[in-house]
Amino acid sequence: MHEMSLVEGIRAIVMDQAAAHGFTRVTRLRLEVGRFAGVEKPALAFAWDVAMKGSPAEEAELEILDLPGQALCFDCGVTVDIAERLAPCPLCGGGKLLPQGGDEMRIKDMEVI
Amino acid sequence: MCSVCGCHDTPVFDAKPAPKVPFDNVLAGNVAPHHHHYGQGAAGVSVPGLSQARLIEVETAVLSKNDALAAGNRKVLEGLGILALNLVSSPGSGKTTLLCKTIEALQGTPLAVIEGDQQTQNDADRIRATGARALQINTGKGCHLDAEMVGRAIDALRPERQSILFIENVGNLVCPAGFDLGEYAKVAILSVTEGEDKPLKYPDMFTASKLAILTKLDLAPHCDVDLDLYEANLRRVNPRIEILRLSSKTGEGMDAWLSWLKAQG
Repeated sequence: MHEMSLVEGIRAIVMDQAAAHGFTRVTRLRLEVGRFAGVEKPALAFAWDVAMKGSPAEEAELEILDLPGQALCFDCGVTVDIAERLAPCPLCGGGKLLPQGGDEMRIKDMEVI
Repeated sequence: MCSVCGCHDTPVFDAKPAPKVPFDNVLAGNVAPHHHHYGQGAAGVSVPGLSQARLIEVETAVLSKNDALAAGNRKVLEGLGILALNLVSSPGSGKTTLLCKTIEALQGTPLAVIEGDQQTQNDADRIRATGARALQINTGKGCHLDAEMVGRAIDALRPERQSILFIENVGNLVCPAGFDLGEYAKVAILSVTEGEDKPLKYPDMFTASKLAILTKLDLAPHCDVDLDLYEANLRRVNPRIEILRLSSKTGEGMDAWLSWLKAQG
């Protein structure tokens, strides 16, 4: 899914933060990615190298933190943790689940100098 | 004295001159060159009391810029009482044909159309042929419309108060799911020739949609499809989704779609 657009979004945030906090280089950036965010990690890493050129994050290490996926089961009415988007409800085995979050893509923090 | 950091090669309390090092040894790497007392950390500088790197809490969504622009679009659209629908599907599901038939059926209702495609003005031309106002966005290499493109299109189109704005997204079942445009709702178009398991293969788009329209219903008898299985799979990925069956060609199901539109206003 549109990893280049995502990385361009990260670059824009890095530039904003650099202006606000007066840093010149990002050494590490931690990105939280929900289990259902549909982010392809190898594609993201590839886009990262291309999109960050010339930015303070050009040589930054990208660390991806996986966030769990939760879904509301329409059969038993309980919000449960599921490992995959189409996994059945671990409590009742029901198959109709609506994701509750898990699609986050958020920059948690940056280590800067 | 070192001209960079002001230090001496030898400690200042040592009166003895530093031993002479033959220059050949320096070239050969046998002697460490003067290091200018730069810090050894990531910053390459050392300031007493400050660590080399600092951590900035950001906690910002990657798509926050798009989300903010989408919120702006939504405010403008809601302020004008406009019903904005983001039509999403794979390429070739019959979005434009459904739109043309819908516009014909809605004669007298003010509406406008934003068309998104990688290339060509074809779809906007088809819409304009019905008499409706349309604006084409070509995304080039882009795989989806974003809130900025739609914001500019709204500025250019100036849709009427209390009208309907149809936004036909780029044919793609993946990326447009993640980009809010400021619409009231996403409507997913799924033609009956695409396979009953399409909602399972591409769940995000159907999860994000309020309504799914099963189109090309007239082809169902020729394609050996199980329409109930389409609906079951749609509800599996989105238990709240509303579903309509429709044929733009025969007009079957058109009334239910028009009623749905009216009910949203």
